[in-house]
Amino acid sequence: MSTIFGSSIGRKLLMSLSGLFLVVFLIIHLSINLLLLVPDGGEAFNIAANFMAMPLIKYGLQPVLFAGFIVHIIYAAILTAQNNKARGSAKYASGNKTQDVMWASKNMFVLGLTVSAFLIVHLIDYWVPLQITHAAQKVTIGGVEMHDTYALVNVAFDDLWRVILYVVGSLGLTIHLTHGFWSAFQTLGLSNNIWRKRWTVAGIAFAWIVGLGFVTIAVVQHVVY
Amino acid sequence: MEKNISLTLKVWRQNGPKEKGRFETYKLEEVSTGSSFLEMMDILNEQLINEGNEPVAFDHDCREGICGMCSLYINGRPHGPDDDVTTCQLHMRKFKDGETITIEPWRSAGFPVIKDLIVNRNAFDSIIAAGGYTSVSTGGVPDANAIPISKIDADEAMDAASCIGCGACVATCKNGSAMLFVSAKVSHLALLPQGKVEAARRAKNMVAKMDELGFGNCTNTGACEVECPKGISISNIARLNREFLKAKLQD
Amino acid sequence: MKLDSKIPQGPVAEKWSNYKANQKLVNPANKRKLDIIVVGTGLAGASAAASFGEMGFNVKNFTIQDSPRRAHSIAAQGGINAAKNYPNDGDSIHRLFYDTVKGGDYRAREANVHRLAEVSNDIIDQCVAQGVPFAREYGGLLDNRSFGGAQVSRTFYAKGQTGQQLLIGAYQALMRQVNAGTVDLYTRTEIVDIVMVEGKARGVIARDLVTGEFQRHFGHAVVLATGGYGNAFFLSTNAMGSNGSAAIKAYQKGAAFANPCFAQIHPTCIPVHGEFQSKLTLMSESLRNDGRIWVPKKKEDAEAIRAGKLKPTQIAEEDRDYYLERRYPAFGNLVPRDVASRAAKERCDAGFGVGNTGLAVYLDFKSAIERLGEDAIRARYGNLFQMYEKIVDDNPYETPMMIYPAIHYTMGGIWVDYELQTTVPGLFAAGEANFSDHGANRLGASALMQGLADGYFVLPYTIQNYLADDISTPRMTGDEKEFVEAEKAAKDKFEKLLSIKGNRSVDSIHKELGLVMWDFVGMARNKEGLEKAIEKIAAIKKEFYSNLRIPGSGEGMNVELEKASRLADFIEIGDLMARDALHREESCGGHFREEYQTEEGEAQRQDDKFAYAGCWEYQGEDKAPVMHKEELTFEVVKVAQRNYK
Repeated sequence: MSTIFGSSIGRKLLMSLSGLFLVVFLIIHLSINLLLLVPDGGEAFNIAANFMAMPLIKYGLQPVLFAGFIVHIIYAAILTAQNNKARGSAKYASGNKTQDVMWASKNMFVLGLTVSAFLIVHLIDYWVPLQITHAAQKVTIGGVEMHDTYALVNVAFDDLWRVILYVVGSLGLTIHLTHGFWSAFQTLGLSNNIWRKRWTVAGIAFAWIVGLGFVTIAVVQHVVY
Repeated sequence: MEKNISLTLKVWRQNGPKEKGRFETYKLEEVSTGSSFLEMMDILNEQLINEGNEPVAFDHDCREGICGMCSLYINGRPHGPDDDVTTCQLHMRKFKDGETITIEPWRSAGFPVIKDLIVNRNAFDSIIAAGGYTSVSTGGVPDANAIPISKIDADEAMDAASCIGCGACVATCKNGSAMLFVSAKVSHLALLPQGKVEAARRAKNMVAKMDELGFGNCTNTGACEVECPKGISISNIARLNREFLKAKLQD
Repeated sequence: MKLDSKIPQGPVAEKWSNYKANQKLVNPANKRKLDIIVVGTGLAGASAAASFGEMGFNVKNFTIQDSPRRAHSIAAQGGINAAKNYPNDGDSIHRLFYDTVKGGDYRAREANVHRLAEVSNDIIDQCVAQGVPFAREYGGLLDNRSFGGAQVSRTFYAKGQTGQQLLIGAYQALMRQVNAGTVDLYTRTEIVDIVMVEGKARGVIARDLVTGEFQRHFGHAVVLATGGYGNAFFLSTNAMGSNGSAAIKAYQKGAAFANPCFAQIHPTCIPVHGEFQSKLTLMSESLRNDGRIWVPKKKEDAEAIRAGKLKPTQIAEEDRDYYLERRYPAFGNLVPRDVASRAAKERCDAGFGVGNTGLAVYLDFKSAIERLGEDAIRARYGNLFQMYEKIVDDNPYETPMMIYPAIHYTMGGIWVDYELQTTVPGLFAAGEANFSDHGANRLGASALMQGLADGYFVLPYTIQNYLADDISTPRMTGDEKEFVEAEKAAKDKFEKLLSIKGNRSVDSIHKELGLVMWDFVGMARNKEGLEKAIEKIAAIKKEFYSNLRIPGSGEGMNVELEKASRLADFIEIGDLMARDALHREESCGGHFREEYQTEEGEAQRQDDKFAYAGCWEYQGEDKAPVMHKEELTFEVVKVAQRNYK
């Protein structure tokens, strides 16, 4: 067990598990964000956001989430560096014309960087004012005072450039997931000729639901609210 | 029908393992489309020798797609522009008159160039030596029909065992990973009761050797499966992952 | 030269048991002190090297390829015979033995063949234990198919890749020993001479094909498992690297070369289609299980097909001549290889051949597809059909395959006694490299059986009988004068080749040799032609040593130099084949002398004159070799005209 993460498959296992963990996070995140589409002036969304800010989640689950991101990113960097080395210094003059290979699968690191860049902006937009500086406005709902997260979102999405950034980030995430989802199960060994097709279809569906979900929220926020 | 075509060949030439290589360009006229790619290389070499030059060194042997000796990265693909073939089975009818063909050696840190288009694939033998067998010595084994094996398992093991060890999987993989090769052997033996006995040990030892020899980490692009001349499936890689993780978790 | 076959006493069925019961053995402590050199990593070489290693000997194993797994055994398609009688169709060790002697046209040593049949069952057990994925029935038990020359189904197979799977089994066993440190593996290394010390084989001179450096290796015994010499014909089904050089080195050091003219011509190969052709591709004999061989009945149809005006599918059933079924109703399309090859040649020579050259016949799966369905045919032969389509660009599910005979296997080889020892003490030969077991014609699926029998179950016993007397022979360092001299002689030979600096490539001369071999020493031979061949081969030899061009130097990798040194030996083999064919005034098995045939065109043996193995002794450079006879006596098998009708 001790040496498992020192092996290539062990490193991939970490990518797989952290990736699947982040997939779970995405499901929760998207579910809460979909409340932004409820035309109630942001009340439901603010309650949910406030729930997610409760100490158990903030101090208990959030560090785990961060760790998930960090493991996923650091190991992505390590694996990419190792793989470049394994490929060798001499490159093919005639390139690679192997057909039927998913573009995403060969560009996961670049897609990951796109998502990371977006993630940084996202943290600055929300996590910093809500959880670090507490600079966000307050609102009282049902007698409970809380951050007006909805207002933060609502204002942010007035900026067209930010909407575009979110759309690009979400699509990057989508493409990343089209490969990452089934690939995680393949790495876990939970795949064969039948299940690979199932995981791939499920992964593509999931990727687009998540991606289009976030895109829809950004666009609706910009246009409607 | 067969016809003759003219070609321009850009061929990697390298005098020795430590020497610097370069591309040389050769013109070849009147090549029959009925000839195989390696026969075209023979014609080129005959021409070079007649001109007093050194012929191009390339690996080949059985010329019927089973020994795994031939390699060559042709126009961006290992074993060239046809599916489910080795270079020796590639025929010139796949090329157009006047076409320029770029011919390179397998390129991967695990497969250093020896000369021209010949690379060293001894790493594959080292991986097999690390555990790609059943530990039975000659004699004293049970009757061949003593253990029934389901036809499905036997067929699947056969599919995995059809690997010819050519290295196209490594050559095409953007990560220089040998996972398809290793997984084919691990799967072949893990699927059979005779091999199952030491499946855990085998998976661990073979993966450790593969890592030690500097092959990359699999990122499941599936390019190996596409270029494998024997169509070995990446579901074998899933099985290797499963066998390996199971083995490691039991340690 | 004394030819002592050392056949053990007793009835043929008990000889092997008697031998094993009485032979000398080497104890484990002494095995560690003994070195064995094994040349070649095919079925015989890899299985022998692995078995020796498992037993505790120190083994050095050499291959010219980059990996042991490339050996040409890998290309065997159809299967491996064994007398398991799993299908309950009347097979037995005796029947396999009998079929093999009969199939070999009564020119094999009974005792060896019986031993082969005896150990055949052990081979299957061994391979299954190694994880060889033989084809199975739904019940989980092993499946069998039938092959030429047999009326039972005794052939075990792994799709159309049986040789590959068996070789990989042996290769894995070998690599296990490499890992255990009992076998030192030398890849891309060629044996260029055998070192003799005090009349015994004590080592080899090797050449590293990557660096060009020469190496000296000591061994208490040397085993040659270097395959056959069919590439003397240039075009054959052998791999490009297959060569007879180690056999010739042994011959030149005093080992008798037996029956060189017995070369098998395989009936089902893809026909020659151009001057540029580098090799011929075999289509497995197993295809004759379901494929039917025919040519048009009418000459005008054959002519129209050759001119491209008619397609084979347009020929009506009644206008097709299924000539094997017609001539040999009992065995039909499954007659032995020599018979099928000659029948194809007969039809083509008579003007009924198809293809644009007229040198091809059809192998048709139409009725099998109608009977069993395309899926069943695909499951059985899918990879062969795919191979055919890639080469010929024709779909064999729709239009019949075209096939023609080609050189495939050499039954002749280094003479060995019952212990597989050559006439040179300490020098052994196994697999296709030796002459034993197959007589004048090998049955399908018997080559794999013999290679593995020699390596797994014969040599591990018999070599001990030799080494038991050698336990106090100390290891040599390789600096002894015999090693130094042998290395010098080998180096000189290579220098000589490099110094010719003529105008012709190795291949151009090899092709010339091949044409002479095919025209005069091929499927049908006669006195006049063979005499002409000997002259022509001498002229080719002269041309080779005066007009050869090898670019580059002896340092580093030089593929042309490798090929040239092998061609020099093929020229010797070609000469030997022609001489042997000329002397053997009879037709038997793969050797067909036009002067000796029945009225129906069947081969006619001359048992009163030629029931022996012709063993050639080297007399020195450019001197005619001398022939010795090992008389063959048949105690069990009733010698008769082979009848497959």
